[in-house]
Amino acid sequence: MVKIPNKTTGDEGDISRRYREHTGRKYTYILSGILFLFVMLILSISIGSVDIPPIEVMQTLTGHTVSVRWDSIIWNIRLPQVLTAIVAGAGLAVSGVVMQSILRNPLGSPFTLGISNAAAFGAAFSVMALGTGSTHSSVGDAVVISNPYTTTVVAFVFALAATVIILAFSRFRGVTPEVMILVGVAMGSLFSAGTMFLQYFADDVQLASMVFWTFGDVSRASWSELALITLITLGSVIYFLLERWKYNAIDAGDETAKGLGVNVEKVRVRGMMCASLVTAIIVAFLGVIGFVGLICPHMARRVIGDDHRFLIIGSMIMGSLLLLCADTAARVMIDPYQLPVAVLTSFLGAPTFIYLILGGRKI
Amino acid sequence: MILEVDGVEFQYKSKEVLKDIKFELKRNEILSILGPNGVGKTTLLKCMNAILKPKRGTVLIEDEDVLKLEQIEIARRLGYVPQRCEPARLTAFDAILLGRMPHMKWNISTEDVMIVEDTIKKLSLDDMALRYIDEMSGGELQKVGIARAIAQNPKLLLLDEPTSSLDLKNQLEILDTVKEVVRKENVSAIMTMHDLNLAFRYSDKFLFLKNGTIFAAGNMEDITPDIIREVYGVPVTIQNFQDVSVVIPV
Ligand SMILES: Nc1ncnc2c1ncn2[C@@H]1O[C@H](COP(=O)(O)OP(=O)(O)OP(=O)(O)O)[C@@H](O)[C@H]1O
Ligand SMILES: [Mg+2]
Repeated sequence: MVKIPNKTTGDEGDISRRYREHTGRKYTYILSGILFLFVMLILSISIGSVDIPPIEVMQTLTGHTVSVRWDSIIWNIRLPQVLTAIVAGAGLAVSGVVMQSILRNPLGSPFTLGISNAAAFGAAFSVMALGTGSTHSSVGDAVVISNPYTTTVVAFVFALAATVIILAFSRFRGVTPEVMILVGVAMGSLFSAGTMFLQYFADDVQLASMVFWTFGDVSRASWSELALITLITLGSVIYFLLERWKYNAIDAGDETAKGLGVNVEKVRVRGMMCASLVTAIIVAFLGVIGFVGLICPHMARRVIGDDHRFLIIGSMIMGSLLLLCADTAARVMIDPYQLPVAVLTSFLGAPTFIYLILGGRKI
Repeated sequence: MILEVDGVEFQYKSKEVLKDIKFELKRNEILSILGPNGVGKTTLLKCMNAILKPKRGTVLIEDEDVLKLEQIEIARRLGYVPQRCEPARLTAFDAILLGRMPHMKWNISTEDVMIVEDTIKKLSLDDMALRYIDEMSGGELQKVGIARAIAQNPKLLLLDEPTSSLDLKNQLEILDTVKEVVRKENVSAIMTMHDLNLAFRYSDKFLFLKNGTIFAAGNMEDITPDIIREVYGVPVTIQNFQDVSVVIPV
């Protein structure tokens, strides 16, 4: 079936060589990103209310006990927190980049499509109606609630419900980006209205745990929760990578993509499902972390371009870096207290976005 | 026969657009679909590669029913260039490389890259190979779209107004390339056209649509000024100038 249509000379010519150079540069960016991320990981572990020098951090991580106390700080507190920041940052960013691509809209993200809001509503609903909440916390000692997992499960269910509603509408009205975005935005404001309604009738303790839950925090996850988040994120990322060419084709227009054999509707629905699943699991365990999913893909685009072969990985690195740095900063800013990282990402979000808009090329 | 279309009917929701479309196309032939705006030319092209599903009728490509083939199998046989190409933040090389998608497994091969390079040279896109297509002019973008379809290496090219944004030189160059590909690679092409003179110059067969159905079909000898007047509502004369037929409105 496949034959070479033209007499090719066996050797790649000048254009191919320049193209290989062009893509080669992108591999370099990705490798440097990974390297930088690793350095940040070590630094982030070493910084905190107890400072541990980077060399000792490395020694501890490679299994050599330097001091029992440091051992326990690193293995039980810092490492899970840092890894959670990396995985959650990557997961949120990859959800954002996929949504932007399949919706052909630069504003696509788990946040703008109301999925985070739905999770927050779910959590508030659980706190209020089922009397649950979250117990793990580095700051919220005042927030004592009976059953932490119910909140997580209910938040997760609501996040997925929002996705199902978006997909159901698009099945009904046509799987177009416009329908998905409009329904998503509507969902978002509906759920945040619902959350406000619940908050209005909540008592002090309930209100505290609701509000606490809306400030996402990567220090909440235990090793087993981290494992679950990682598993789902990894699975989705593998799926996204398998579809990378299709996302490129959709960039070139729905009709072109269809002509190239891409089942655009299917790619859209499945991509939305996977991206929402990743968001839902992250938000359910960690709380709402805004803007990472919206901004990191754009930062990655500026460095590496829109080619999804590189952009998917690039966005993940960018997301990990951003959340890791933000979390480290949040940890040292008002020592000995620790700010939830979501406070910082929301503060960073707006100026970064404006900078990206002003900074030249259209997003 | 590379293509046999029989009894194709199509409607958007309740609006009937095409009815009773029947024609055939041989290998190494170029067919032009002609007709006024909104008559259903684009719709007909999309029905042929099953982007739109006809309500009735069959489309056979090399004796296989297109409507029963998987989308990817259709893409291996039919290359489609839409009327409007959308800009994206991809380099021209990457955009043309997309044409290799129906043939690739997990990733591109050296062969894919070489085919793209060859297509780029053929369409003289050398200078813009690494430029982003969202920074290109309409005509440059259109050339990239056509290059993608050629790199797709199909049995049949479906080109929706391939020359609508091109200057005189590029119109000739692109259609010469299409003709060359059709002659050499054992493929056929169907294009919709508004420029009758260009269509006359490059096509072997013609299909005139009027009121959603075929008004006239045939080769150059079968075209009379009457047909054109009936289809477009404009009186014309057809003159022969150095072996080329030229339509002149009178
Ligand atoms: N998605 C759609 N929904 C409803 N009607 C449509 C749709 N697309 C096209 N039509 C209608 O179908 C008819 C045929 O459209 P089509 O695009 O096939 O025309 P065309 O011959 O390609 O015209 P042009 O020369 O302007 O490109 C037109 O009357 C148009 O209004
Ligand atoms: Mg048209």
